[in-house]
Amino acid sequence: MKTYLLKRLITLIPTLFVVSIVVYLIIYLTPGDPAEVMLGDSATDEQVEALRDEMGLNDSFVERYFSWMGGVLTGDLGTSYFMKEEVTFSIISHLGPTLSLAVLAEIFAIIIGIPIGIFAARRRGTFVDQSFMGLSYIGVAIPSFLLALFLILLFSIKLQWFPVAGYKELSDGLWEHLRYLILPALALGCMHVALTARMTRSSMLDVLNLNFIKTARAKGVKEGLVIYRHTLRNALLPIVTIIGQNFGILIAGAAVVETVFNIPGIGQLVVNSIERRDFPVIQGIILFVTFVYVVINLIVDLLYGVIDPRVKLDK
Amino acid sequence: MEAVVNSASDLHKKRTTLKKEQRRLAIRKFIHNKQAVTGFVILLFIVALALLGPVLIDSDPYEIHPEDRLLGPSGDYLFGTDNMGRDLLARIIYGAQVSLLIGLAVAFFAGVIGTVIGLYASYYKTLDNILMRICEGIMAIPAILLAIALMAALGPSTQNIIIALSIVYTPYVARVVRSSALVIREETYIEAMKAIGAKSFRIIWGHIAPNVVSPLIIQITSVFANAILIEATLSFLGAGVPAPTPSWGNILYDGKMVIFNTPWMVIFPGICIVLAILALNMFGDGLRDILDPHSNSKK
Repeated sequence: MKTYLLKRLITLIPTLFVVSIVVYLIIYLTPGDPAEVMLGDSATDEQVEALRDEMGLNDSFVERYFSWMGGVLTGDLGTSYFMKEEVTFSIISHLGPTLSLAVLAEIFAIIIGIPIGIFAARRRGTFVDQSFMGLSYIGVAIPSFLLALFLILLFSIKLQWFPVAGYKELSDGLWEHLRYLILPALALGCMHVALTARMTRSSMLDVLNLNFIKTARAKGVKEGLVIYRHTLRNALLPIVTIIGQNFGILIAGAAVVETVFNIPGIGQLVVNSIERRDFPVIQGIILFVTFVYVVINLIVDLLYGVIDPRVKLDK
Repeated sequence: MEAVVNSASDLHKKRTTLKKEQRRLAIRKFIHNKQAVTGFVILLFIVALALLGPVLIDSDPYEIHPEDRLLGPSGDYLFGTDNMGRDLLARIIYGAQVSLLIGLAVAFFAGVIGTVIGLYASYYKTLDNILMRICEGIMAIPAILLAIALMAALGPSTQNIIIALSIVYTPYVARVVRSSALVIREETYIEAMKAIGAKSFRIIWGHIAPNVVSPLIIQITSVFANAILIEATLSFLGAGVPAPTPSWGNILYDGKMVIFNTPWMVIFPGICIVLAILALNMFGDGLRDILDPHSNSKK
């Protein structure tokens, strides 16, 4: 286990190195002078030049990369051009809503997706199965922002069950918090509900065809036990993988949904930063989300051994 | 000598009939695959609408009618009008051209560049190490965020979306091509080619490339669908196709502002996006069943 962890961590280094280069290059190659952007139109040439010196913009590409990277490694993602505050601080202060949203969307994916997948697998080939799988096709084809608009039309404008937009902190009460988050989480999670359902179904079907299930049934084990103890437990590995991978994608996908529902998370922050051309923030958030994404995948891999003792990670 | 020539031409004839037979079989499989055919028909319909629409309806998607703002569907305007009094149907049809063009261009560029990278990576070990680390790095960044960052850097324009999305999706194509090519590379006939001193260019393009076509087509279909989805998302966020050029995404951007009064501005272009992506996904999955019998998505 330890050697495996070490090996995985070592393979992460080149990946994250490339990520940092890509993110750095995007900003480096962008036309426009950050010093001018920061100082605004009224600044004199001397002021701009002084700031350029101070920000190290006159240094070479390599020097700038290393000084930036050195900051990143110590948790310093730079300073926002627009808000004039530490990017690390902005990310932390906007993280709460995004996490709430992603967690709720993930909960939807699990409590709706897995039961549907099991249900469809047990009734394979029937009308119910085919309708669910047809629905899952549509679920994957709807972009989250579009579903968000459709949900607003139906539940906020027509039925008026939920607010159109906005966000309430958890400290305002759990129900109040959820009331504002349910539609965004549904919009964000729909695709993952569909993917989880499909993965659960196909993984269950793989196991249901194995001999030990036939043996269990022949022995007269109750159907419920066959499904939940024998089949689901063995089918869990790919399901956990997709749920883990989902979480990173959900955090990234939140950018779009947060914008539609006006939720003050890191997604909205990144979209607002595009208009402001606030590159340190864009850079910082991409690095942060990618890092979270990579770490989650690592955790999922490590969990394999826990879920399925047959998987030997040391090999 | 004559006998040799004869048998050679016989072999050639046999091979071409075999190829024809294979093609016939693939087409028959395709026709019997409901999923693929449904996807293909919907796709054909959307493409026909995009291409023939401008001929069938004579309405300018850019013409502003201030007195006809936000009208509901009627005889004059089949799908109603938008917030500037422009004909929504015309905008959706021209938007289809823009969205499909972007999807197609991205599928083409990511397909070509990804194939070249994947093939050469599979053939040269050192190159493989470098190229694949770069691909992994790009793929580690969530696609939508990378697209947003690239668009922020490049600035919103149709051409820049194509560049940004091609960068995002090239690694996905390269990975698929590489992993199929790696299998082919180990085949005995490739070894034989090397033994008789064939040039690597000829081996790669003449003998490995034709064998990675199936997975490549499947992957490109998926890139096409994803490109349409991300283009719509970017345009919706205001970082994609700039106004006044219509695209499905930026019609929705306008529609969001007036969603209280004019739901059809969201519903009509929304349905188009869902149909297009749905059709491409169905077509792609159907193709997978036909071209790659080992993975049966249906079970």
